[in-house]
Amino acid sequence: MINFVNVSKRYAETGDVLRNISFHLQRGEMAFLTGHSGAGKTTLLRLIAVMERSSRGQILLDGQDLSLAKESQLPYIRRKMGFIYQDYKLLHDRTVFDNVALPLVIAGYGHHEVTRRVRAALDKVSLTGKEKKYPLALSGGEQQRVGIARAVVNKPPIIIADEPTGNLDPDLSEEIMFLFGQFQRVGVTILIASHDISLITQLNHRVLKLDHGQLVSS
Amino acid sequence: MKRGNKNRIKKDPPVRVIKQEIRQTALAGGNFADKVNAYRDQHAHALFSSLGRLVATPFISIMTIAVLAIAIALASGFYILVSNLQQLTTNLETSNQISLFLRDDVSDAHAKKLVDSIKLDNNVKSVKLITKEQALEEFKTYSGFGVAINALATNPLPIVLQVLPKNALNDKEALSALLKSFQQSPEVDFAQMDLQWVERLQSIISLARLFANLLSVLLGAAVLFIVGNSVRLELHNRRDEVVISKLVGATDAFIRRPFLYTGFWIGFISGVLAWFIVAILMLILNNSVEELSGLYGGNFHLLFLNFTETIVLIFLSSFLGVLGSWAVLFFQLQYTKAS
Repeated sequence: MINFVNVSKRYAETGDVLRNISFHLQRGEMAFLTGHSGAGKTTLLRLIAVMERSSRGQILLDGQDLSLAKESQLPYIRRKMGFIYQDYKLLHDRTVFDNVALPLVIAGYGHHEVTRRVRAALDKVSLTGKEKKYPLALSGGEQQRVGIARAVVNKPPIIIADEPTGNLDPDLSEEIMFLFGQFQRVGVTILIASHDISLITQLNHRVLKLDHGQLVSS
Repeated sequence: MKRGNKNRIKKDPPVRVIKQEIRQTALAGGNFADKVNAYRDQHAHALFSSLGRLVATPFISIMTIAVLAIAIALASGFYILVSNLQQLTTNLETSNQISLFLRDDVSDAHAKKLVDSIKLDNNVKSVKLITKEQALEEFKTYSGFGVAINALATNPLPIVLQVLPKNALNDKEALSALLKSFQQSPEVDFAQMDLQWVERLQSIISLARLFANLLSVLLGAAVLFIVGNSVRLELHNRRDEVVISKLVGATDAFIRRPFLYTGFWIGFISGVLAWFIVAILMLILNNSVEELSGLYGGNFHLLFLNFTETIVLIFLSSFLGVLGSWAVLFFQLQYTKAS
């Protein structure tokens, strides 16, 4: 599903951030991406989101070569992925419902379909009844679950999470990981960047470890 | 073996169903009618939410719109001013009349003889004699200086012959030849072609029209930049929204839409406001113009922007609003991509 072949990313200012990265995540596989800060985790995720292009190598997403994708195709590629962030990236001037509905509205779903799917997604993350609230009125854990609902509402085949438990206590983190496990079981490919070692060792999933831009174990 | 198959099928459906749904969602978000409706909803939402945002920050919106309205009102004010000046000459346009001012020592009787002799000319259609007394009466009635004229001991006005050349005589050279021949006759002090006056006035007015057009182009450019700047600020304030929308798969068209509507509203409201500004100015001027026109025979009435011109005014200002925001979005979103 996600296939990196000798991928490098170089910035003019800082030099190589990623060097010769190769790995292959199968459909329905769940993996952690770990490493010290500045090891290149975020850059790698940004390459998958095509917010940046690789300097060398090939990234295949569901068989599609991202380096060959035209600018106009990128929105449609991103719709195959759900992104989850440490800082949630919610829109504070919109209700929980509108935040979760955003990907559906963008994809051009009708009003009824949007309502149905948003309710289902909120139900899945146990936020039923909070749809009219604004994000800032919710706790951190609840905001993160809104972020997750938004990431999965479009039923994407891939979920990418950047430090999703970074701001949460261990209990909440476990809850979030349990949700990811559920998505994996229905065939979603999940890549989670995290340096929460205890959480990673606790769960027996594949671990991709980055060190100074190189993949040291996979 | 049968049981094994059964078990597999029992386990499989959730995954298969999900996969199928995934495939479907990747292709389309519902059937065609739903898509059309959703597209229409997106536009309606962008239209009203952008207006809502303008209303939500009234101070900033009013300042921007006031500046734009004044700029647009200036341009259309000049336009209507020139249109009014042009109106002055349209009545005269067809006249190629020649006025002959006779020498002071020419008597009325002599003038009548001269009229008869001019009438014999093949190029002349008709001749009208205005005696000194008639000229004085006319002057008293129309100039508004009646009392002052009465104070004069003698009548200073000359006898005037108004010669109307034949219609066939439309080319300028033949007209000037005729004018010259009148000029040479001893009784004529001064011969003048009215058309020359009209032409001079018209060329002054066409200069004014050109000036007004150039001014409109400049002010139109100002409108573009002002709208562009407000949209740029708006884009800056909503950067998070732009980035998040991009991440969840928004096309550039989707991201641009609300900002284009913002530009549209700013342009549209400014256009309507500019119309009112011009209308108020015209109402203030109207009384004075009517008074002045009354003194000159009263056949001049202030022209106002007609229906078509009003539509064009509002359409153009809305269009400039959209264009200004489009230009900014084009460059600004390119920049967001790179950063």
